[in-house]
Amino acid sequence: MIAIGERINGMYEDVKKAIAEKDPGPVQDLARRQTEAGAKFLDINVGTAAADREAAMRWLVQVAQETVDTPLSIDSTNFDVVCAGVEAAKNPVLINSTKGEPALLEKFVPLAVEKNAQLVALTMDSRGVPADVNTRVEIAATVVTFALEKGLDPSRLFIDPIILPINVAQDQPQKILEAMQQIRMLSDPAPHIVVGLSNVSQSTKVRSLLNRTFLVMALAAGLDAAIVDVFDKELMDAAITAEIILNKSIYSDDYLRAARK
Amino acid sequence: MELPSVEERSTSAVNVVTIGATTAEGGTREKVIKVGGARTLPFLDFEGEVGERPVVAMDVLDMVPEDWPEALAAAHRDAWDDPGKWAKKCVEEYGADLICIKLDGTHPDKGDKSPEEAVEAVTKVKEAVGVPLIVWSAGDDEKDNKVMPKVSQALAGENCLLGTVSEDNYKTLTAVCIADNHNLIALAPIDINIAKQVNILVTDMGFPLERIVMFQTTGALGYGLEYVYSIQERQRLAALAGDKMMQMPMICDVGYESWRAKEAKTPDEDAPEWGPQADRGTMWETITAVVLLQSGVDILRMRHPRAVEEVKKVIDELFAPSEKS
Repeated sequence: MIAIGERINGMYEDVKKAIAEKDPGPVQDLARRQTEAGAKFLDINVGTAAADREAAMRWLVQVAQETVDTPLSIDSTNFDVVCAGVEAAKNPVLINSTKGEPALLEKFVPLAVEKNAQLVALTMDSRGVPADVNTRVEIAATVVTFALEKGLDPSRLFIDPIILPINVAQDQPQKILEAMQQIRMLSDPAPHIVVGLSNVSQSTKVRSLLNRTFLVMALAAGLDAAIVDVFDKELMDAAITAEIILNKSIYSDDYLRAARK
Repeated sequence: MELPSVEERSTSAVNVVTIGATTAEGGTREKVIKVGGARTLPFLDFEGEVGERPVVAMDVLDMVPEDWPEALAAAHRDAWDDPGKWAKKCVEEYGADLICIKLDGTHPDKGDKSPEEAVEAVTKVKEAVGVPLIVWSAGDDEKDNKVMPKVSQALAGENCLLGTVSEDNYKTLTAVCIADNHNLIALAPIDINIAKQVNILVTDMGFPLERIVMFQTTGALGYGLEYVYSIQERQRLAALAGDKMMQMPMICDVGYESWRAKEAKTPDEDAPEWGPQADRGTMWETITAVVLLQSGVDILRMRHPRAVEEVKKVIDELFAPSEKS
């Protein structure tokens, strides 16, 4: 599983404070520790606190890449903030994210092509977040087709079918799993499938268990990437175990340690 | 209509392991040998780097072989009473890239030679030839753990490839290889899960992954070759997919296994319908080796000079750059 570490996000108090005080310490500490914990990308999100979000994004990117070479995931829905992050990054990034509507794809896909980046696309458009399987797959198909036309290989796309909190939309996870299976068949090579995992347990009481249970189910349905708390050891253990059971990596008695070596 | 490309691109590679050390590097070898480095399935040079050329190590024993079939014995008999002389013949006459000293004579059931006698044998080989050396223990855990530390020490600086360690017996030889800077052969009994586990255990002791060569245990043609083939193929695929615990070059024991086959060792008079033994045996060894080359093996342990010659020709052909249109 491609683990995208979620912790460098202005929604968290420590990161918010670090941005406000221009203190690189906490950000670099998170960058290093998430990398050690297995993050393949580090998500960078300025949150809502900073007045100048573009400047804050640039700063976070610069600070993070001073410590580690881990690729960054530039997380914003605002195109200008994304551009600021992409420009500041020295290595190719994951752009996180565009929606599936053509007006946005017109901007985001060429940017990804130009910057040799990968791109997260949410299965939502001007109609909002779909509640059914078909509309999710339809939007994903629009994204894949658009990417192919503009020269972005589907293997560089991460389709996010948008998971909602279990306590407000309990009928959704099952539909998302079904959508994942269908999205995997849209192209060969297939696009990646990603979720912002922690959303599933938003405002619930047993968050970690919900997160990892859904993650395992999603991995079986074709998910291969997730924005996660890589410090949640049980979650990461569950993901590593799921990949063993799906025969994606070779079993050994110490497979958990092997995956972390 | 233009055919679309079906090239697979891999981001990971098999580790490169260097065997041997020249005088400049603190050893006495005339040259070093590198194995591994492939970024593609075997020999598919249109997809990526094929890595280093597979090499042939010829077996030299520390005792006169007791049970070698005549067709094999005939090629070595005039030299096999002295490991140094024998090794020299393998290198100079038969073109061995490396010498694998198999310490059969130290086995409690085959002479129970002392560690000192083993040291004497490897020293003779070291002084007789300039190629890099492999030293392979007899396969009796208790005895191996007495013999190998002495042998390792005697070869310190030569950057040898020493083996074997297994899931049940890895601590002594791993520690010794760390101390004397040798490379290590990790053995598993045709079981890819155990193979991975041995690598984990060995690296837990601080041994670098980049100095391990894997031995999946070889089966000859007609005697389990397909099991070895598929395991080695799976190992290469895992290596290319980024599994760090599977990115080691591979070694196969083709000589011993092939000449154990009934078809290789049965004399002419007992099996007239199989044709002359002199051809059967070398064919058995050649075919086993050639098949295993396709599964990704990097070091072939072999015995018969004719088989060695044929296999080296095949390696040359497979290694020649493919014609690109």
